[in-house]
Amino acid sequence: MYAQMVKTDANKVRDLSEMTEEERAFQARIDRGEKIEPTDWMPEGYRKTLIRQIGQHAHSEIVGQLPEGNWITRAPTLERKAILLAKVQDEAGHGLYLYCAAETLGVSRDELIELLHAGKMKYSSIFNYPTLTWADIGAVGWLVDGAAIMNQVPLQRTSFGPYSRAMIRICKEESFHQRQGYDIMMKMANGTAEQRRMAQDALDRLWYPSLMMFGPSDKDSVHSAQSMAWKIKINTNDELRQKFVDQTVSQAEYLGLTIPDENLSWNDEKGGYDFSEPDWSEFFEVLSGNGPCNRERMEARVKAWEEGSWVRDALMAHANKKEAAKTAAE
Amino acid sequence: MATAVDNIVSDKLFEWLLRRGDSALILGHRVSEWCGHSPVLEEDIALANVALDLIGQARLWLTYAGEIEGKGRGENELAFLRDAWDFHNFLLVEQPNGDFGKTLMRQFLYDAYQVLLLEALENSSDQRVAEIAAKAGKEAAYHLDRSADLVIRLGDGTSESHRRMQTALETLWIYTGELFSGDEVDEVVSDAGIAPMPETLQSSWRQIVDEVLTRATLEVPDTTFSHTGGVTGRHSEHLGHLLAEMQFLQRAYPGATW
Repeated sequence: MYAQMVKTDANKVRDLSEMTEEERAFQARIDRGEKIEPTDWMPEGYRKTLIRQIGQHAHSEIVGQLPEGNWITRAPTLERKAILLAKVQDEAGHGLYLYCAAETLGVSRDELIELLHAGKMKYSSIFNYPTLTWADIGAVGWLVDGAAIMNQVPLQRTSFGPYSRAMIRICKEESFHQRQGYDIMMKMANGTAEQRRMAQDALDRLWYPSLMMFGPSDKDSVHSAQSMAWKIKINTNDELRQKFVDQTVSQAEYLGLTIPDENLSWNDEKGGYDFSEPDWSEFFEVLSGNGPCNRERMEARVKAWEEGSWVRDALMAHANKKEAAKTAAE
Repeated sequence: MATAVDNIVSDKLFEWLLRRGDSALILGHRVSEWCGHSPVLEEDIALANVALDLIGQARLWLTYAGEIEGKGRGENELAFLRDAWDFHNFLLVEQPNGDFGKTLMRQFLYDAYQVLLLEALENSSDQRVAEIAAKAGKEAAYHLDRSADLVIRLGDGTSESHRRMQTALETLWIYTGELFSGDEVDEVVSDAGIAPMPETLQSSWRQIVDEVLTRATLEVPDTTFSHTGGVTGRHSEHLGHLLAEMQFLQRAYPGATW
């Protein structure tokens, strides 16, 4: 999931009797499975929560370009270089759809970017981890895109039309990315001793951060309950994490790699794996800015933005000159 | 085979193909360095497209070069296992990215040349060359539209953007002469009807460049000097660093498949 711990401004989820007539009608539309479109009436909390969630998701795509971009210039073959470049380009495209979806809610892309740079909006914790070897590019596709898909597939049915449509498009590309990532892992796991070492090391480092992507357990969270009532969150974090583990264990076995969890075992009763929780204190440290790469990621984004300001200014200035010339000619 | 060329021609053709492939590869690599760092999201996506096209072209040229050489080297052996002195790209394309303006200016100067060269190569006596040129030509035409448009908008934007673009033009201009200095390799390939002599493209290139730079309110530097040597393997300091990065995995783990 590229949006974690999104707040809703709700103290509790209100029942129908506590709602205004407009709110009741809105909730009824959601309950009937109708899509909410940008020009429709919506509660302010719904709008704000969606801006936070979609904005966080968009930022994650853009910041997420950096750890993978780290290997574009070192990709081991021309084909791998092209595949990786196309993939990172897709992430930029995802960012673009999502910023556009957020714009339909009345916030501009530039405003969202400035909030990110001011530390007032977040992006997924996962992108604060480094990509240290080529196997990490495989593991990011396999695990990180795998975890993202787990959350984004249900979000295709989310209640907000533009978000839902963006998700449908994004999911198609993400599942392609996941297969590409797994393909790299296959080559590495079946390669030389050094490649196998890189593959296992990548799994060792990225396993728990991938589990953290779903966020801490939210079974008692008011925000999650409200988001679920609005259908902008479809499953609980624990449900998705469980599904992810259940899916991934056999994939790791097929690669001949070991998931770094001594407590991992099949539980017949629940029909899923028991597994260790990630270290949530690490998660909160990463969220508060103390992940291995938080500073580098933000510095890279701010640098790109600031060093690009002359370009954006020039494009505007040129457009204005053109417009003035056109007006003068009329 | 469509390429009934004798040994002398095939030696020279090999080197000529490396010039095409290496220039596409090195420029594609340079442009790919922008991924995730561009001034605007749309430009990030567009630059990645250009880089992808160039890497795709490099693969076609290098694969064919390997076949002509006949020693079993494929695109990856050629890209990752040659040292700088065996690279035959233009000096222009190995120049560092600098700011966004310099990157776009480098692209424009190269694109204008590429469009003309590839157009001519569509009539090559060598069928493979003609096929690659037909495919790459479509991409180059789009690249030129885009880079020319941005050079105009940034040249005629703000005073700062104008200054930056003029500086970029002056920095890069002294590498453009190499695009049009033919040598023995070009003569042999040209005599075989495979490609035009580079000199024959220069006046059309100058026309495109002058027209765009005029609209961009930029002035062509007053010099006829040009650095040369890239196509024969004598490069700037920059290429070694680029290759050290690009070739790292293939060099550090010889024989592995990826």
